[in-house]
Formats: sequence, structure tokens, C-alpha cells
Amino acid sequence: MTVKNRFIATCSAVALLAAAPAGAADLVISNWDGYMAPDIADSFKAATGLELEVVNHATNEEIMGKLMASQGKGYDVVFVSSPFAEVLNKQGLAEPIDKAAVPNLANLYPEAAALAYDPGTEFSVPYTWGTTGLCYRSDLVAGTPDSWMNLLKPADDVTGKTTMLATDRWLMAAGLFATGSSVNESDPAKINAAKDLLIEAKKTLLAYDDTTFYSKLVSGEASLVHAWDGWCNYGIGENAEIKFIVPKEGSDLWVDTIVVMKGSENKDAAMKFINFILDTKNHAWAAENILYKVPNKAAMESLDPAIAAQYPNMAMAPAELTKLELMRDLGDAQKDYSRAVSEIKASN
Amino acid sequence: MSFQASRPNLLAAPAVAWLLVFMVLPCLLILSYAFFERGTWGGVVYDFTLENFQRVVDPLYAKIFLNSARIAGLVTLIAILIAYPAAYAINRAPKHRQAMLLFFAVLPFWSNYLIRTYAWIVLLNREGLLNNLLRMAGYDGEPLSLLYSEGAVIVGLVYNYLPFVILAIYSTLSRLNPELMEASRDLGGGPVSTFLRVTLPLTMSGVAAGGVFVFVLSIGNFVTPALLGGGRFQMIGNVVYDQFLTANDWPFGAALGMVLIATMIILLFLQGRATAHASGERAGAPS
Repeated sequence: MTVKNRFIATCSAVALLAAAPAGAADLVISNWDGYMAPDIADSFKAATGLELEVVNHATNEEIMGKLMASQGKGYDVVFVSSPFAEVLNKQGLAEPIDKAAVPNLANLYPEAAALAYDPGTEFSVPYTWGTTGLCYRSDLVAGTPDSWMNLLKPADDVTGKTTMLATDRWLMAAGLFATGSSVNESDPAKINAAKDLLIEAKKTLLAYDDTTFYSKLVSGEASLVHAWDGWCNYGIGENAEIKFIVPKEGSDLWVDTIVVMKGSENKDAAMKFINFILDTKNHAWAAENILYKVPNKAAMESLDPAIAAQYPNMAMAPAELTKLELMRDLGDAQKDYSRAVSEIKASN
Repeated sequence: MSFQASRPNLLAAPAVAWLLVFMVLPCLLILSYAFFERGTWGGVVYDFTLENFQRVVDPLYAKIFLNSARIAGLVTLIAILIAYPAAYAINRAPKHRQAMLLFFAVLPFWSNYLIRTYAWIVLLNREGLLNNLLRMAGYDGEPLSLLYSEGAVIVGLVYNYLPFVILAIYSTLSRLNPELMEASRDLGGGPVSTFLRVTLPLTMSGVAAGGVFVFVLSIGNFVTPALLGGGRFQMIGNVVYDQFLTANDWPFGAALGMVLIATMIILLFLQGRATAHASGERAGAPS
């Protein structure tokens, strides 16, 4: 893309802020592309008689930018990761969940309804959850990697064959966990220590990769990568030698959530939508097709056992997940993180 | 009569309006963000500040900016060195073939930029076409790590912007009066000195136009460094992209964007001056 195109793209993104989607639909939902069944609008209409319009966002930051600019107008329901749900609530943009209208909340694991950013699912409902760890080719890596150091200070046989996630929070998380800090660390000295380790690690990397790391494992270009559990499953699906492990120093618990906007003019329909998603069969769709764990007990129990047999991390129990450190909103410390990441990326 | 006089303006009006509404205004809006504070969760808080510009001159970002300029400079140089002979050859080809040759030069533009860039990943990766060909030719060492390097970024940028330079140089070469070269030869100039002292100086405006174009497009590019550099080589375009899309720091992104646009405007101004100067010479301005 060219400079000009980039600016046009950026400018048109801003123009869109002014003209948020408006149509005949009863509900406007913003979600990541491919994160729900492709026929969801049809099945939701068949079940409730309500028209659904689904729009996509590529990142949390993109939808947050739009919501902040429009003060939440134009969307009824948004899918965002938990730190952003927290922000929407702090900003007074999230509508309380009307529990009487969402009986399927009973399908959630008790652990999933008691997460620290929103105990009692007061303003958000968890959609998927999981963790981050090491995804590797057991036939190309000697021994079983079990530490972040296997990635950050790789043995000779994997040097130059590792990739790391480039998104600020997860890139920093690897360095923070490896240096014994919290994934939500705000102490500048500890952020610096993690940064220094990550600068050293950069010299041994094949690439930073957020989107195709599993195919690099499949092709053999990489043998050990920093990966989200669900994405590692895509590699496992193509090559059974690929394994996933949560390093012994610990890792993060990430949760993607559903939030109803306070500005919605059709909150009853929005609650019906959440109830529809939490239905056993509908929620199981995400687990079966995206290979992400869903925090829905009924849905997980309905899964074909072959899924957990092929993708062992799909069987991680809620108690195992909640032992991990929940990723929270950083507030102003985000600045320190993005500067650290810029320094890492600019180092050579 | 007045309709006659204003017709050119009327004809240009849709394009001008388009540029104003969809290009100039939104960009001014974004640039104005550079003077305000970042909202903690994205967006802009309208408190006036110059802090974003102080951060732009921070050695960290200055280093990234200079490094981007270095890469863009190398890309420009390589593109000109490849494009000039190509444009020269096209210009020397029989007239009826020139259109076809030019068509081949711009053919890559018919496919999507991303697809063209991904094609290089397929070619260069460790399990890619090039390494497989090497293996078939009997090479049995470790596969070459061609991808995810500064070299790969430069190759990708040169490849993508080369046609612009060929077109720019070709257009000045084709307008060159062949009698000038004949005169040089009649006056005893050999092929090399004719080229260096007549052809090249008279086509410098094309070289400058093509060069500035490639430089400006390369220095702000963020897709190629992300894909072919594997994210390990951060250019200023990537920093701007990250400020808007992941760091939620629109004002700082806007301030960086302002520096980029200023660089672009200065270069285009200098190139415009050079072109005006060259056409003045061609018109036979007294020396």
C-alpha cells in the first residue's frame, strides 16, 4: 500500500466514524470476521424473527476507536476482548446484562461467570477463552520445551526457527513471564527488564508473526512458535507432530466477550441475541469450527470427544484456565508498553 | 462566452471536489490531532499540547525515521539503475513494439499489491521455490534464509515500484529530440559522452520524478516491511500504523504522519523545481 492509499484508508476510517452503520436491521453486531457461524443472521431470524446486521472489525482497537468517537452510537452488540469490555464499562458505554432475559447464562461454567474484570457477568458475557504458549514441532525440537526461555533463549537447533506474536500485550507477556513479572506489570523497571530480554531474543527469531505462524510450523520453516492455543490447533489439524504447551512460568488468560451498548435502541433484541449465542448448539459452533474453548459448560460437554483427543488444549479445564493470569486493561501504562515494543522492533 | 472560459474549471471541478472532501479535509483533520492529547482508550482529548512533536524527535523514532530513509534511498537507487536501461531499451525499440513493452512493464499492477508481495514469500522462504530449485540443482546445505531480512524488504519495494520509474524515465526519453544526439555525434561525441553529456542531463527530470515517487512511496510503506521483513524491520510507516491501530495513540501517529507528509512535500517541491529548471534549459534559456 502506498503512502497515499494509507492516508486514504485512514481518512476513510475516520469518515466511517461519522456515518456508523444504519439500516433496517433490528440489531447491528460488530465482531471479528469469521468469529460466528456464517449463517447466523438467518438462524437468528428463524429463532426470533429479528433482523441482524453483522459488521466486522479487524482489531479491538479499531472498534474501540469507533465506539469512543461515536460515544457508542450505531452498534447494539460488540465483541471485544475483556480489557476493552472493562474500558467500555468504565466509560459508561456498556449496558448491564438483563439476566432475566438471558436464561442461557446458566450454561456458563461458574468460573467463567466470576472472572475478576466482571464478576457476575454484570456488563459482559464471555464468548471464548484461552491462553498463549508454545506451539512446536515435536519431530523437529529436541526434548519438550516447557519454559518461555526455550523461546527467548533458544537452543542451537531452533535458533532462527522461532516466531513471536507481534501484538504489544502478547509480545511483552512472553518477556514479563520469563522475568517473573505480571502480564499487567506497570513498574517501568520490570517492563524494561522484559524489554531487554526481548531485544536479545529478537536476534534469534525467524520473524514476528500474528497470523501465519502455524503454517510456518506445518511447512517446517519454523519449529517453535509463540502462539495462541486456538491458532496452534490449526497447525495440529494439519500435522499431528505439532503440540501446544503452557510454559511453567505461567501465561495469560484471555477472554473475548460480548457487550451490549448503552446507546442501543433495541436492548431487548440485544439480550435475545446473547441468549441465542449462549444456546448449547450455537455456542458449540465456535468450539467446533474455530477450535477455541468456549466458557459454556453445556456446549463443551456436547462436543464430539474426538475434538479433545485431536486437540488436547481443547480439554483444558476451567480451573486450569483460571489459574493463569487474567489480562487486564493497562490504562496509562499502555504508553510504556508501546514504547518498549517500538524499541524492540527498532533494535538490531 | 463565459461558459467557454470557465469550462476547464468546470471539468476539473469533480476531481477537485473529490480531492478536497475525501483527501485534503480528512487528512487535515487527522493532522490536527497531532496537537492534542491521547485519550487513554483511543480517540483524542482536546487539550492542546506539543508533547507529540517532542516525542517525534526522540532518538528512538529519529533512528527509525533515518533507517526508513536509508532503506527508501537504497530502493530508489536500485530502481533507477534498473529502470533507466529498461526505459532506454523500450525507447529504442521499434515504435510499434513500444506500446506492448510498456504494457508488460505495468502488467504487475493488474494484480493486487498484497498478492504480489505474498508471491515473494512463496519464492523466498526457507521451503520456497528458490531453495527447492537450489536443492534440485544439487545444493545440500542448510536452506538459505532469504526472507525476513532487510534485503527481502528492499527487493519487494523495488519490484513493486519499478514500473513507475520506467514510465517516468521513458516519458522524458521519448520526448527527447533525436537530433540533439545526432548533433553530439556530428560534433565528435562518442556514444558514452553523448549519453553522459546530452541524454542523461536532459532526462534527469524523469529520473527525479520517478525517484521521488519511489522514495516517497517506500519510506511510508508498512505492508512490505511487515510481510517480507517478518516484522523485524520496523519502518516509520509501521510505527504510524501501530499508533493508530494498536497503541491507541492517534495524536502521536498524527505527529509522525505530519513529518512524513512534510518530507513528501519538500521532495515534491524540489523535484518540481528541477523539472521546471530542466524544461527551461530545453526551451533554450540563455546560459
